[in-house]
Amino acid sequence: MAKIVTPFGPQHPVLPEPLQLNITYEDEKVVSVAPAIGYIHRGLEKAGELNDFPQNVFLVERVCGICSFMHGMTYCEAIEDIMGVEIPPRAKYLRVFYSELSRIHSHLLWLGLLADAFGFESLFMKYWAIRERIVDLMEMTGGHRIILSASCIGGVRRDLTDEQISIIEKTLLEVKNELDHVTPVILKDYTVKKRTVGIGVLSKEEALTLGAVGPVLRASGVAQDLRQTGYEAYGELGFEPIVETDGDSYARAVVRAREVYQAIELALEALHHLPEGEAQVKVKGNPNGETIQRVEQPRGEVLWYVKGNGTKNLVRMRVRTPTYAHIPALLKMLPGCEMADVPVVTLSIDPCISCTER
Amino acid sequence: MAVMLPNIMKNLFSRPETRLYPAEERILYPHTRGHIEFDADKCNFCTLCSKKCPADAIKVDRANKTWTLDGYRCIVCAVCVEDCPKEAIQMIEQWRTPAFSKTVEVYEGPKPEEKQPEA
Repeated sequence: MAKIVTPFGPQHPVLPEPLQLNITYEDEKVVSVAPAIGYIHRGLEKAGELNDFPQNVFLVERVCGICSFMHGMTYCEAIEDIMGVEIPPRAKYLRVFYSELSRIHSHLLWLGLLADAFGFESLFMKYWAIRERIVDLMEMTGGHRIILSASCIGGVRRDLTDEQISIIEKTLLEVKNELDHVTPVILKDYTVKKRTVGIGVLSKEEALTLGAVGPVLRASGVAQDLRQTGYEAYGELGFEPIVETDGDSYARAVVRAREVYQAIELALEALHHLPEGEAQVKVKGNPNGETIQRVEQPRGEVLWYVKGNGTKNLVRMRVRTPTYAHIPALLKMLPGCEMADVPVVTLSIDPCISCTER
Repeated sequence: MAVMLPNIMKNLFSRPETRLYPAEERILYPHTRGHIEFDADKCNFCTLCSKKCPADAIKVDRANKTWTLDGYRCIVCAVCVEDCPKEAIQMIEQWRTPAFSKTVEVYEGPKPEEKQPEA
């Protein structure tokens, strides 16, 4: 049988962003994959060197539309680390709350997209309807549906009032109740299992060798989550990573479906233990030094490198995002799959190309 | 499909998730960042908002007492609102409406001679 090469993307119904995979097929089986990225590069790392360092908070939030808050937060943590700023306890809990809210919104969006990838449109609609409630909470607290702009150097700009907290708690419990009706579909439905179980398998050894992070790594049986390191207030909240052992597309969906519940619990716990006091400290001076900060985003570990030289402009700003780490793993998952499974497997890493290319 | 069936049945007899816009408009939250409004009478033209703006949307001319906002560059981050010492910039919940052409809003402050009228 002759081999044929077919491009998958950069424009494809299943991909919200442009990623190209040049796939070699033998009959309808994938033999090898060559990725091509570079369609959405915006030069944000260079732009970060031209702006003042406090202005960069708003720039880095635009690295990615979904993990927007966490990019801003990690950058703020990095600058605070260089300048030796200790943020107030309330800010740490608020950052946990906003991070978990972003995680819920990201995972619900992805679960909807997965359902859409194999044509289960009513499930897609249900997940996105639930996500809308979370996005409303983000607008109520941060002032915007997606770009929260809540984090700033020295703490959190958007404090919560008691009235807001009671609305959030009520809404999160309602969301949990609504999810109880929808999540069993992802976990048990015949159609969903037929399209995901045993497809795109990544073994534990391969996941570790190829440097997979986040839900992809945890779905392959490695209990590794950066929240275990206890950054911000995670150390005080008690946290156990969610692990599945199969390493297929189904396991990755299950990890994310379970993480939504965990994120709701963590957000509620952070609000329950929210300390009194200021949420922000004034920061004076310019950063002089370099640092690396790592944070667990919805898609996995993000790494920020920031270097300052005592002026208001940074010397270097560098980010390694989870999808960048997942591309080698994706190239391992795809060979052996059927042509019709390529969209589902590609989506199972939760690709974010804007992040990858900055 | 059997697991999805209760959801489908519920969908058939429940209200739509979407609003019938424009008959039913979405209620904006008090903290929604819609757009900024400027009050030239309060402004002392210190240029702080212009320096802090991450999107370079505000231009302030201290000599001619003009304050210019490019609303299509503005990312509604509210840094100017928080940092204005005279509270001359306000955040309004309503979003900016679509337009046919991009325009720049120019505000003029009171000229120095107008501030000190002859006795």
